[in-house]
Amino acid sequence: MSTTRFVQLLDLSAGLVLVTSFAALWLRRLVTVTWVIAVQGIALAAVAMVLGVHEHETELMLIALMVGALRGVVLPGLILRAVRAGDEHREVESLINVPAALLAASGLTLVAYATTRDVVALSSTPQVRALPLGIAVMLIGMLLIVTRRKAVLQIMGVLMLDNGIALVMFLGTSGVPLAVELGIASDVLLAMFILQVLTTRIRTKFGSTDLDQLRELRD
Amino acid sequence: MTALIVLVPIVPAGVAALTAIVGWRPATRWLPVAACVAVSGLGIALAVHVLHTGAVTAIGGQLRVDALSALMLVLIGLVGTISSAYSVAYLRTELTTGATSPQRARLFASLMQLTIAAMCLVVIADNLGVLWVAIETTTVATVLLVGHRRDRTSVEASWKYLVLGSVGVATALMGTVLVYFVSRHSGGAASTALNWSTLVERAPHLDAGAVRVAMGFVIVGYGTKAGLAPLHSWLPDAYSQAPAPAAALMAGALSTMSMYALLRFKVIADITLGPDYVRTLLLIAALMSLAAAASLMVTQRDYKRLLAYSSVEHMGLIALAAAIGSPLAMSAALLHMIGNGLAKSVAFSTSGEMLFATHTTRIDGVRGLLHQRPFIAATFGVCLFALLGLPPFSILASEIAIVRAGLDDGLAWTVAAALILMLVIFTAVLVHALHMLAGRADGATGGHSTTPHITSVTAGVPLVGGLLVAAAIGITIWPISALLHAAAEVLAR
Repeated sequence: MSTTRFVQLLDLSAGLVLVTSFAALWLRRLVTVTWVIAVQGIALAAVAMVLGVHEHETELMLIALMVGALRGVVLPGLILRAVRAGDEHREVESLINVPAALLAASGLTLVAYATTRDVVALSSTPQVRALPLGIAVMLIGMLLIVTRRKAVLQIMGVLMLDNGIALVMFLGTSGVPLAVELGIASDVLLAMFILQVLTTRIRTKFGSTDLDQLRELRD
Repeated sequence: MTALIVLVPIVPAGVAALTAIVGWRPATRWLPVAACVAVSGLGIALAVHVLHTGAVTAIGGQLRVDALSALMLVLIGLVGTISSAYSVAYLRTELTTGATSPQRARLFASLMQLTIAAMCLVVIADNLGVLWVAIETTTVATVLLVGHRRDRTSVEASWKYLVLGSVGVATALMGTVLVYFVSRHSGGAASTALNWSTLVERAPHLDAGAVRVAMGFVIVGYGTKAGLAPLHSWLPDAYSQAPAPAAALMAGALSTMSMYALLRFKVIADITLGPDYVRTLLLIAALMSLAAAASLMVTQRDYKRLLAYSSVEHMGLIALAAAIGSPLAMSAALLHMIGNGLAKSVAFSTSGEMLFATHTTRIDGVRGLLHQRPFIAATFGVCLFALLGLPPFSILASEIAIVRAGLDDGLAWTVAAALILMLVIFTAVLVHALHMLAGRADGATGGHSTTPHITSVTAGVPLVGGLLVAAAIGITIWPISALLHAAAEVLAR
């Protein structure tokens, strides 16, 4: 792979991870948002794959396949099941409207670049220059969690947050050691699984997964 | 020694697996307690060894036990013993009243041991990535514990806990990843770049600007999990909805684990950045926690939430001690962890008995408890006194030490503010305690004198035993003083 091609592919896939997080704020149908999250997972795997091919690291290529399977297929599949089970693939309510959400997300992207200046200054490789994208995706994930009142959307927010961290992990250091990577992956899988179990329980107990109903506990 | 270190998490993990397979049976129900006693025993054995020879490592440096790890293992063992021992009586009552099923009892007992195993891994992992994985494992396991009752309120609490907990722990992961990045870019080898012992050695050469960003993420992340304000809102819900033994474990040991992780990172950051950055962040969190606890304890109407806010208060005090950072302050912080851990785990366990006896967690639903239920009332009262810092318990000593260390360090105004907030909390808890314990119940305030629940000896022994250990540490510190000082040395600047 030539250097220019490498930089192009890297920027394309890393950029796609950010674009999909904006799309998740903008789109209104739950099923579509789930697909967008799946695309984000695949784009993340592509980042790892591009890096693995560029650096001739077989281990990283294997991790890329694992990430693609987990974050591109398994986890979105779990979420899609929850969405379908709830018959809630209609309009998504949000505490703030779409333009405001997109504006906030743009602001968060700027914040991500501003706060990581010192980090990016450590190295001038194309990977590290793209690193703030990961922080931005993480912050947008938090925005999704804070502004959306549907259980599945908060799950997707948590997943997006983790995708952002994984992006920083790949861009910054070509991934953490394999043992830690496996631990992180299995914990994320477990957390997602339990979130789905809880969604089912919320639905049985409250009738729907509208989180505004969760207000019995207060001081 | 290597074998002992590896054995520490394996014992409770093995019991967790066994319970998951054979279920909650009379024959094996004391195994979890035995596992926790074993953890304390291993902790003590490792402590004796470490005090003589210094830190020991295992599995190629992945696991490492120093004085601080050994002290934390003893704490996990003690709190685990209290909560597991109380689980036996708790599950028996729930099973006889039909509040839970054998299946759920199996899941509950298994998850308790899994949480304890993961906590053991937290304190013996040298690799900060492994430490994170262990903390996330405790989150996942305790979410299911909080949701044990599966009614509306416990589902709500477990949802809020998992979402906010995941966000918090993920933030800490971002910090950890950035630390790894900084470490690699200053020439660290991939296999050891995340090891705490390596990072401390290399700390002077790390890039200060990047470490500052990473530490911000770490403090917010682990601070959320520890229950420091302003990100503590999950805590009262989770602690009040969790079954009593699970709440005892979470409040007694689990929140301390996140604090432990934060303190390990603080050692690195203090060398790279100087003390001021972390100190400022911790002071803000400490005062906000004390203020949040004080304001919500005054008007509190639920005694389990009252205990939960007391946890926010004590985490705030530990953060205050950590912000001061002198050897005296760090000893005080560690002693405070132990004092709070023991008293809080007994308090939450007792709250389980209170709930069985009175069928309510409302403070005004409990009146004249001393008259009707002398044992429960006395235990609960003594726990509250211990948590308020009355003699003979160790919290008094650690609080005095924190104040002294703060004054020595020129933080007079901060300490004064903390003292005022503590006075408010003291008064609030005393008023609530008098209301619950003293007086006579009359029908109008919901006395339940006809309730058949009798506190069994099985339930009573762990409660009294826990309080006796807490009092013993308060009266004479010498059994742990050498370990305490050595552990504080690890953390102090």
